[in-house]
Amino acid sequence: MLNIFQSLEISHYIYLSCVLFCIGLFGVLFRRNAIILLMCIELMLNAVNLLFAAFSEYMGDKDANGQMFVFFIMVVAAAEAAVGLAILVMVYRNTRKTDVSFLDSLKD
Amino acid sequence: MNSIGLILGLPLAGFLINGIFGKNLPKSIVGWLGTFTVLASFVIALGVFNDLRHAAIPSEGLHFKLFTFLNIENFNVDFSFTLDRLSVMMTLIITGIGSLIHLYSIAYMHEDEGFYKFFAYLNFFIFNMLMLVLGANFLMLFFGWEGVGLCSYLLIGFWYKNAEYGKAARKAFIMNRIGDLGLLMGLFLIFHQYQSLDYSIVLPKMADGSTSQAMLTAISMCLFVGAMGKSAQIPLYTWLPDAMAGPTPVSALIHAATMVTAGVYLVVRCEALFYLSPITNNVILWVGLATSLMAALIGLKQNDIKKVLAYSTVSQLGLMFVALGCGAYTAAMFHLATHAFFKALLFLGSGSVIHAMHHEQDIRQMGGLKSKMPITYITFLIGTLAITGFPFLSGFFSKDEILLAAFDHNKIVYVLSVISATITGLYMFRMFFVTFHGTYRNHHHSFDKVHESPWQMSLPLMILAVLSVLGGLLNLPSYLGHNVSMKLSHWLAPILPMAESHAEMSHNTEFMLVGLVVLLFVLVVLYTRNKYVSKNAVPEEDALTPSTGKVLANKFYVDELYDMVFVKPLELLSSLVDNMIDSKLIGGLIAGVSTLLLAISGLNKKIQNGNIEYYLTFMVLALALFLGFNLFF
Repeated sequence: MLNIFQSLEISHYIYLSCVLFCIGLFGVLFRRNAIILLMCIELMLNAVNLLFAAFSEYMGDKDANGQMFVFFIMVVAAAEAAVGLAILVMVYRNTRKTDVSFLDSLKD
Repeated sequence: MNSIGLILGLPLAGFLINGIFGKNLPKSIVGWLGTFTVLASFVIALGVFNDLRHAAIPSEGLHFKLFTFLNIENFNVDFSFTLDRLSVMMTLIITGIGSLIHLYSIAYMHEDEGFYKFFAYLNFFIFNMLMLVLGANFLMLFFGWEGVGLCSYLLIGFWYKNAEYGKAARKAFIMNRIGDLGLLMGLFLIFHQYQSLDYSIVLPKMADGSTSQAMLTAISMCLFVGAMGKSAQIPLYTWLPDAMAGPTPVSALIHAATMVTAGVYLVVRCEALFYLSPITNNVILWVGLATSLMAALIGLKQNDIKKVLAYSTVSQLGLMFVALGCGAYTAAMFHLATHAFFKALLFLGSGSVIHAMHHEQDIRQMGGLKSKMPITYITFLIGTLAITGFPFLSGFFSKDEILLAAFDHNKIVYVLSVISATITGLYMFRMFFVTFHGTYRNHHHSFDKVHESPWQMSLPLMILAVLSVLGGLLNLPSYLGHNVSMKLSHWLAPILPMAESHAEMSHNTEFMLVGLVVLLFVLVVLYTRNKYVSKNAVPEEDALTPSTGKVLANKFYVDELYDMVFVKPLELLSSLVDNMIDSKLIGGLIAGVSTLLLAISGLNKKIQNGNIEYYLTFMVLALALFLGFNLFF
């Protein structure tokens, strides 16, 4: 049977994953809205997930350990998003802002 | 042997008891304790004096070694004392006059809150002065020398709450330090030359002619610098008039009768040394003469009763040094003794006046006191007559002896000494008549309040007056008959082996010279009496003083000169160092270090700006760097 995954070179997955990761990374670095920040982090995590799945398939991973790992990451990402959003809600309640560049009281 | 320990120990015990417990003791106990310890020393010294009169070897004295003070290789100094004919004479003067002045102070200081401190200091002074004259080596002398300097400082600044008095005390201390340095150098030279500081070893070695002339001159000059400081000779005399800031008994005891004569004692003690250094002798002679004349001239225009006496003291000390310079050591010691009597009397008399006038010291504010203070008046008159050389009083004989020695030595010195002695008469009678005769001139205190002093003050005055009258008996001139005359010369002769016996001049010459002095004395009394009693003149106000008088009233501007030559350049230099080196260089260095640190940390601080994206950027960059490094190298 024609494996749809086999019809594409692994390099395509790697390029896609890199692009996604860089979008996420630059989003984290240069956006200021905390919600977008969280979304960008999810993007980076998912870029990694994609890479895990692709390598698992192409490298002949019989037990599909790489794909199993993706689920773990998803769980952790969900937990992280929950905690992050909770913090964000508290920050918003206190400052009426979601702009992280104002959260610089650590410097003093 | 133990008598020396007692003579020294009693004043020391008085000092310790009064100093430690005096605050809690009643004033009467403090005062009488101080007085009796010194009086007891005097009585013991009298006993020793009697023993010494019958001693088999007249040049020998008592020795008392307390312990070995220093013993380092060949440097061996004992803590030991010697009591010979010279030091017993000094001891009698110190303890005798000292106990009278202690008695006087009981009344004079009775209202002072530092009463116990005053007596502790006085006793400590007596102890140090005794150590100075009783020490058996130069180091002991040096201890005493420094000790009396300390006591002098403490007592001049006794009323330290007055800033001026504190300044006077510091001035005295610093001026004395200059002299002390000279003394110390002299001691170093002596030790370098003889490997010892004991009188009994050093003095014979000096006399035996084995030492080079240059060395002898160097040692004697150094010692004389020390004597200059203590005995207030040019150029180190300016502290003594300022020392009058202290309480009057202090002026009488320390700055007239005893401490300031330490220089004379030093020279007499080292008679062998000074006798063999003609250059130093000449320096002593001319310095003494210049001091005597200059101080006498300044004394003419002073209006503070104690300042007049202070300059008179400087002038009389100058005369003593003239005698030393002429080689007339006995005459100097004789004048030292009589001067101690009448100058202590005059100072205590002035203290009595000041006490009665409620601490007014300006003679222009006095006048006509003789009716109110008969005892003070009569004793002060005796003191004045004694110092000015009224025939047959103590000063007459002692001063004549100096003048005769000067006549024998050098006619110019004689003439200048006679001028100085005559000026003594002018300023003393001026002060005497202005204070006690004429009309009362003070408008702040009514004349009725002026009162005679209590017996503790008048008794010492009377005793000292008797001594001032009879002091001449110590050393009557030879023309009065051989049985009664020259007692002191005979007494001191064994101690002064080198001093030449005076070339006997004919009695006719002596009578002529004495007659001249008496004539001058009579003229001086007539002149001053005419001016200040008959015409009732009062010294003019400072602003009205004519220009020559102004120079005298301002003490020849010597203080100003010293200020300009020494103090101002030093201040300039130190302010320069302060402004340039201290604040710019050292301060700049230290401030630079902190500024540099601040700048570096300022750079670092910018990284820590609290902005989370900024941190993240750095994190990512660093990660990329590490990964890239892994990848390509």
